[in-house]
Amino acid sequence: MSEEQIKNLEEQFEARIARDEKIEPKDWMPEKYRKTHIRQMSQHAHSEIVGMLPEGNWITRAPSLRRKVALLAKVQDEAGHGLYLYSATETLGISREEMYEQLHTGKAKYSSIFNYPTITWADMGAIGWLVDGAAIINQVPLCNTSYGPYARAMIRVCKEESFHQRQGYEIMIKLANGTPEQKEMAQDALNRWWWPSLMMLGPTDAESIHTEQSMKWKLKRKSNDDLRQQFIDQTVPQAELIGLTIPDPDLKWNEERGSYDFGEINWDEFWQVVKGHGPMNKERMKARVNAWDNGEWVRDAAMAHAKKKQERKEKQAV
Amino acid sequence: MKQNLYKYILGIADNSLILGQRLGELTGHGPSLETDIACTNISLDFFGQVRSYYQYAAKIAGDKRTEDDIAMLRKEREYVNVLLVEQPNTNFAYTIARQFLFDVYHFLFLTELEKSKDLTLSAIATKSLKEVSYHQRFSTDWLKRLGDGTAESKEKMQEAIDGLWTYTDELFHQTEADKAMVLEGIGVDVTKLKEAYYKKVDEVLSEATLETPESKWFQKGGKQGIHTEHLGYLLSDLQYMQRTYPNMEW
Repeated sequence: MSEEQIKNLEEQFEARIARDEKIEPKDWMPEKYRKTHIRQMSQHAHSEIVGMLPEGNWITRAPSLRRKVALLAKVQDEAGHGLYLYSATETLGISREEMYEQLHTGKAKYSSIFNYPTITWADMGAIGWLVDGAAIINQVPLCNTSYGPYARAMIRVCKEESFHQRQGYEIMIKLANGTPEQKEMAQDALNRWWWPSLMMLGPTDAESIHTEQSMKWKLKRKSNDDLRQQFIDQTVPQAELIGLTIPDPDLKWNEERGSYDFGEINWDEFWQVVKGHGPMNKERMKARVNAWDNGEWVRDAAMAHAKKKQERKEKQAV
Repeated sequence: MKQNLYKYILGIADNSLILGQRLGELTGHGPSLETDIACTNISLDFFGQVRSYYQYAAKIAGDKRTEDDIAMLRKEREYVNVLLVEQPNTNFAYTIARQFLFDVYHFLFLTELEKSKDLTLSAIATKSLKEVSYHQRFSTDWLKRLGDGTAESKEKMQEAIDGLWTYTDELFHQTEADKAMVLEGIGVDVTKLKEAYYKKVDEVLSEATLETPESKWFQKGGKQGIHTEHLGYLLSDLQYMQRTYPNMEW
């Protein structure tokens, strides 16, 4: 193809996106579009899978049968999200094995929030309420993103995430209205998860490298700082409603802006965790790599068995 | 309170509780995303069953006890699950062998319990049977894949079957509560399931190109609350919150 032809295709492609048409797997797409989507979608899938670990940590210790069932169902949903996000990413010409490889070697990232430990039951509430809450704010706009398989996956993911978020908040309500010990547990969890949740919405706009291109492709519709403000404005009243205190002495309603002003985020901590030196980075990766390595003989056996079955079928047919 | 019925329900439900708890340990650590989802799903089914049974048991007890008290606040000697279900997740072959050896029993058992004169138990059995027929299909398929897969998987699968075989006979032991409930037309006579069980297990093992163990040395005790050393640790996790923060709502 000549350079002019490619340019022509690119123009048509951008025009389709501008018209809100969906791009489908078999459509022509610029290489950069494909790569950007593989990066973002696989990162999203990895986040679901690694995200199973901090919550999986409390399945055996959930305080009641009702909570145990809800937690199991939630973690299972996350595995399901991982599954269809990996499948959606595969439509761009990369295999699940390659994506795992990128995760295990550290080439691909996942959401940094999962590198914090879950040390009390209240963390299950805080993760649902804050982490899933921040995730929804990030993800709802993706239901209208330009790449068809991603947009369709996100519609389902968002429905389930909003259920998880309510479930998490409900855990917090129960604790906040419980005994002094329970209330203390809830406040402590909020103290530990608040700032990492704000960081989840990404580096401040001045330092975000992907934003402009992503806006054009509808991979992003608002800037990180706008999303963060939206999250804070939405969450502060929820905390007040149940008598918990946001751990930010600078938090203050700004009448003029119609939004909350808030204190400075510790970006050094953010970059430390992103670069692999958070409290649980090594453990999370070790758990994933172990599951994969210990499962190798199982996957090999399944392949060998399928092959044998196929051969027997062919033999019978002769 | 109907002591025998209460004990009888616990004898059924504790198996689901302990096996559900074991499967719950695996969430996020399975050999593939698909098996991870399946094992979590089976665990969920078990806990769903457990809640129905314990809620019914709590009603029969007629005091203030709740499903959670029954699940999480008994002492180790008061759990009456069979030894098979408390065995650890040594590797995926053990998980599958434990599941298969229990599922075949569970399916036969529930098929009979469906005929119980006790309408609540019969209804729980009907609902659970749908789930358990899926469990059995899952564990049978994997048993065949691993048995008739690679040389390594075959060896691991055979070792797991051999290792857990000693816990199968206990499934067919009757407790005093069992006998009383059979007489009332409520309970299942498990001794009558034994032949069909070993026949089915033998068929599947042979299809999976595995040997049916010949050992006749069996372990028992779970139904009397005399467990293997594994159970105490499992209960430490299961009971942790209820023990540390007593009398609270979650």
